Order: sequence, then C-alpha cells, then structure tokens
Amino acid sequence: MGPPTMKPRLSAALLAGRAAATLSRRLGRGGGTVIAGHLVPRIAPAALKDVTQALPNGSIVVSGTNGKTTTTRLLSHLLRASGMRPIHNRAGANLLSGLYSAVAQATDWQARPRGDVGLFEVDEATLPKALEHIHPRVLLLHNIFRDQLDRYGEVHFVAGLWREATEHLRDSTTVAVNADDPLVAALPAALTYGIADPGVGTTTLPHAADARLCPVCGAALRYDLVYYGHLGHYACTRCEFARPTPTVAATQVELLGDQGTNVIVETPAGTLRANLRLPGLYNVYNALAAIAVCNALGIKRDVIARGLETFTAAFGRLERIQVEDRQLFLALVKNPVGFTEVLRTILTSPGRRTLLIAINDLFADGTDVSWLWDVEFERLCGRVNVAVCTGLRAEDMAVRLKYAGVESSRLRVEPDLDRALELTLRAAEPGETIYVLPTYTAMLSMRELLHRTGYVGAFWED
Amino acid sequence: MTPIRLVHLYPDLMSVYGDRGNVLTLMRRAEWRNIPLVVTELSVGDTLDPSEVDLVFFGGGQDREQSVVSPDFLAQKAAAVCQAVEDGAAVLSVCGGYQLLGASYTTVDGQELPGGGLFDVRSVPGPRRHIGNVLVETTLGGQPRTLIGFENHSGRTYLGTDVRPLGRVVVGAGNNGEDGTEGAVYRGAIGCYLHGSLLPKNPWLADRLLTQALAHRLGEPVTLEPLDDTLEEDAHTAVATRIRAPRGRVRSGAW
Repeated sequence: MGPPTMKPRLSAALLAGRAAATLSRRLGRGGGTVIAGHLVPRIAPAALKDVTQALPNGSIVVSGTNGKTTTTRLLSHLLRASGMRPIHNRAGANLLSGLYSAVAQATDWQARPRGDVGLFEVDEATLPKALEHIHPRVLLLHNIFRDQLDRYGEVHFVAGLWREATEHLRDSTTVAVNADDPLVAALPAALTYGIADPGVGTTTLPHAADARLCPVCGAALRYDLVYYGHLGHYACTRCEFARPTPTVAATQVELLGDQGTNVIVETPAGTLRANLRLPGLYNVYNALAAIAVCNALGIKRDVIARGLETFTAAFGRLERIQVEDRQLFLALVKNPVGFTEVLRTILTSPGRRTLLIAINDLFADGTDVSWLWDVEFERLCGRVNVAVCTGLRAEDMAVRLKYAGVESSRLRVEPDLDRALELTLRAAEPGETIYVLPTYTAMLSMRELLHRTGYVGAFWED
Repeated sequence: MTPIRLVHLYPDLMSVYGDRGNVLTLMRRAEWRNIPLVVTELSVGDTLDPSEVDLVFFGGGQDREQSVVSPDFLAQKAAAVCQAVEDGAAVLSVCGGYQLLGASYTTVDGQELPGGGLFDVRSVPGPRRHIGNVLVETTLGGQPRTLIGFENHSGRTYLGTDVRPLGRVVVGAGNNGEDGTEGAVYRGAIGCYLHGSLLPKNPWLADRLLTQALAHRLGEPVTLEPLDDTLEEDAHTAVATRIRAPRGRVRSGAW
C-alpha cells in the first residue's frame, strides 16, 4: 500500500473540529465533543467513512440499551492489552456528532488515524445512520430494554430499526448478539453469547419485562429461566423461535455483591476463568459481549482473561470515590431494569444502606419519570439507613420510595445537589459506603461538584 | 371487613410508563387506613364477573401487545366492565386502556374497530406524537382541582355527546390537541392519557376512586380518613410550578 492520499478538505475539516474542541475546552465549556461533532460533517460529510475505512483492523460498533459504555470501555482495555491502538468516541457521546468528533480527535494533520482499530458505542436509534458511514468488522447488538419511551418509543420500534439496518450489512461484518435477549437474538447473527448457569436465575418474569411475545410470530414466549428483565432461556409457544445455544457462554457465575464476580466462560477457543472487578449480573453480560468480540478478532484467551481482571468501570457507571473518611459508590441509573439490577447488587450483603438518589428529567435523562414506578424499590424495605432524594424530580423519587414501603422517617428531600451531598455525608458513619445513584445529567452535575471540591478529575480527562 | 376488590386488567401486557404505580398507590392508601383490598390480575383467556369487582384498572400498552389484548378484551371482558360501571363500580383507564374502552378506535392501517363502548369517545391515529408533562384543571367531585401527568400518545380521541371530559388542559395536548379537553368521565369511570404515574402525584383522585369502590362494596356512602400527603402534594406542586413557568425551568441552580 502506498502513502495515504492527501485529502485537503478532509484534513481541514478534522483540523477545524479539533481546534473548536480545544477552544471550547479552554473556555471552560466542557469536553468540546459536541461542537467538533457538528462542524466536521458540515465541511466533510465523508470524514467518518474515510477515516474508519483507513483503519487496518477495521471497526467495532456496539449498541444496546444497557451496558454499551462499560462494554466499549472494557473492549478498549482488551484491545490495548492485545497490542492494538483503538480510536473511540467518548462515553455518552454516541450520536452521529459524537462519532464525527471521535474521528476528528483521533487523526493527525494529514487525516491519518492515530490508531489501528475503531471502537464506537452508538445510540440505539442512531445505529442505522451510523452503519451508513461505518462498515464494521464486528457489530455487537447487546440488548433492548424499555428506556426513554419519550425519545425512542417502544422496544419493538428499536428492534425493527435494527432488523432493517442489519439487512444492509456487508458480508465482511460479523454480527454478535446476546442469546438471552429474544429481541436481539431474533436478528441474524454469526456469534452469540449468554449465561448458562441456572444458579443465578429465577423462573418468573418481573412485571416490567419487555418481551413476553415472540418477536417472530407474536405468540407468547415461555421462559424456563430468567436472569433479569426479559433476559433468560426462552422458546416460542407457537413457532420455531427459541434461544440459540450461545457460542460464548458463562457456565458458572459467582456474584460477590459490590465487590465483583467470578466467572467461568466456555468459548470456541477453550475455557476462560476470570475474577471480574465489576459487580452484578449485567456486567457478566458486558464481559461476555467483550469476550465474544475478542474471539471474533482472534485475541488470545489468556490476554482476554488478564484484561478482564484488571479492568474497572467507566466514568460514573460504577466507581468508588473517597470523600474524606467515607466512600462514595457511584452508579448511573437510567431505566427500570438497570436501576433494579443496581439495587440488587448493592443489597447483596446484609445491613442498611445510606443512599443519595439524584433524578433529573432533562432530555438526556428522559423527560418522563414514570419509569421510576417500574423499578423494584420494594427491595429497599427495611434496608435504608437514610435515603436523600435530590435533582429536578427529588419529590417524585421520595414519593416512589414512600409507596415502596421505605419508612418516611428515613426519607429526605433536598433538591439542591450540594446540600444533598452534604446531608448524605452527615447521615453516614465514618468508613461507611454511600451509594450515589444519579440519572445521566445528574451524574454530570455530581462529577462537576466532586471535581469542584477536588475529589475527582474533570470528565474529559477520562 | 369485606375487602375492596380491585381488578388489574392485563398487567403483563398493558403496563408501560409505570402505570402499575396507580395500582400500588391504591393498595397502599387502603392499607394505611386498614381497609382490606385484594388485587386480582386478569389477562388473556381470563373472564371477569361484573358482580365480583369494585374497582378496575386498565393501563396502556405497546402497539404489539395492544393488538393481542384487544380481541380478548372485547370478547371476554368489555361487557362485564360496562355492567360493573352501571352497577356503581369505579374504573381508571389510561392511554391504551382508555382507547379500548371507547366506542371505537382506528388502527394505524385505517381500520375502524369497535371498542368496549363504555365511553362515548372515538380514537384515531394522529400525525404526530404528543409527549410531555400535562397540567389539567378539573371540577370532578365539585371543587376545582388540578391533575399532573405525563402524556405520550399519537392517538387522538374525540368526545361524543354522552360523555364529559375529565378536565381542560392548561399545559399539554390532552385528548386530541385541538379542543382543549383531556380524558373522559362516565358515571364512576375515568379514562385519560395521564401517565406519570397518575395517582401518586394526585392522591385526591386515588382517594376518590377508593371511596367509590368502598361505597360500592358496602352499599352505603363512606368517608375516608385523611392521610398525610405532604410529600405527594410537594411533588404535585413542584411539577405544576415548573411547567406553568412560561419558559425554562424554575429550579435551575446546580442542574
């Protein structure tokens, strides 16, 4: 291959994008990803296609309602461990503008990518558009849950979008899907992953399950095993559709609460054992997805296992922050299934918990807070030391906890975040872990507050 | 004491947007007053005896689920719900449940199907989806009050002559985005587009439904003892204040 052709327009566009991002950051206007992402496609709409096509190891595209940021971060960690240099979009910047911004940030002055593999998390509704620009080597479709119904509509709508988008894929794309989610397992895929350990499942679907009907024929699905939400072992009661036997399967899962999880995973390349530092069953799925993709890329088993053990979560997703003599355990909450699983994870060991729950209803959070009524807050009955509710919807959250059966004497409403954090810190004993559960924009405010007070770095340093 | 019999229709298929919160609110507010209440969940294939119910809740569903529910509801349960309402039972229906209880509804492919016929309303698909917070003024029960909810529907519902609206929208689209009405009331039955969940932030409406259900059960008028609703009313007021504000948000500050 000869030297890359100079494309002046492309180089100029990417340069302008980088300059705008730097300027925005210097002016203290945040990470600058948004402004670059709007500028580049106006000057050079082909930038995303051109840059990703030049990547020698191709691109990986990750989409799904829950876990895409953590899975993408985990993949980035594993790709690096295998010697690759991924270029990727920033956490949460997963609309088309975020993808353009990512390629602008990761190219040199001749529009050559400063990496050899693309790794992009893409918003569910943006996926069809993104696939018009990026022809991925691996497309990972992780799950579909009810999320922000005000933005995306119903789960079947997203499933339909994805079905259409996958029909136009090239033969060179390997599709990997979660075998335990009937909504994505119904899509044609060469690679599947799932859990095969009845010990961590139940036999009843929760009331808020999103897939009771067969995505192929519309008849009722029968579940023999449910891990959480509508993820489990299912078969249609009428047609042939059933959970595919996963190519990559977790055959043993040992949940250690907020401390992590031990897993044994069977892959086509052999058995893999790892002690994940990520808690909860949802992170087992994230790990399985990453293993499946690494398998498709031919990364060695021991490299994957070592990488899994050294990885810690993405910003705000699940992290621990020391604040004087108390520890904050921060976990993003954004939809019923995700929130319920976070609750289940933080309640694994006995005792009462001190909580700070921050609910906003801005666009990025979802403007409809109805979803709080589908979260299983009943799990908190008798388990709350103090729950401080904050955010634009602080009162809604407190009402939800009251009707879940949490004693009123343990509820506090403090709409102001600074005062709410203060109140929570005072309610906890020295050495105690405080569980901070914010929605997306509340998490950004929380990061900003913790940064202002010197406890964490700014988010664009991630 | 004889328990209030609450029937929750299709909780497995018609329960998006946290509609279950309404049932939870009715259960808790009865429990806090030591009024026994039993919930029976009915789904596809189950039958409903109109003499065995005091209160019905029917929530909203996704299109696919609603298409499965619709034939079952019309064949097995609609007549019983109508009969129970004639006998004095209470009903709360939201979104899809409201549409299915109307005189008719038209599917997205233009087919007009008969509904349960409880409310004299007709629903048709609309060109755009109405999504957002809703503030409704109502005189249901005599004095003027407000309801706070969240709407998310593309169907437009038009009232006939034999029904009155639940109230008038101050903020939001309501029934059809044209005539300013929201919801429908026929005897003790209410239909509306208000998710949120509706009852937790509008506890007076929850109590109105409970009062009516208990009176139906006991065959005599009843008065419920008041509860401390400070938290619920604060939640109502916080949203009402924000969405009444002409522009932007009243509570910005750190957010």
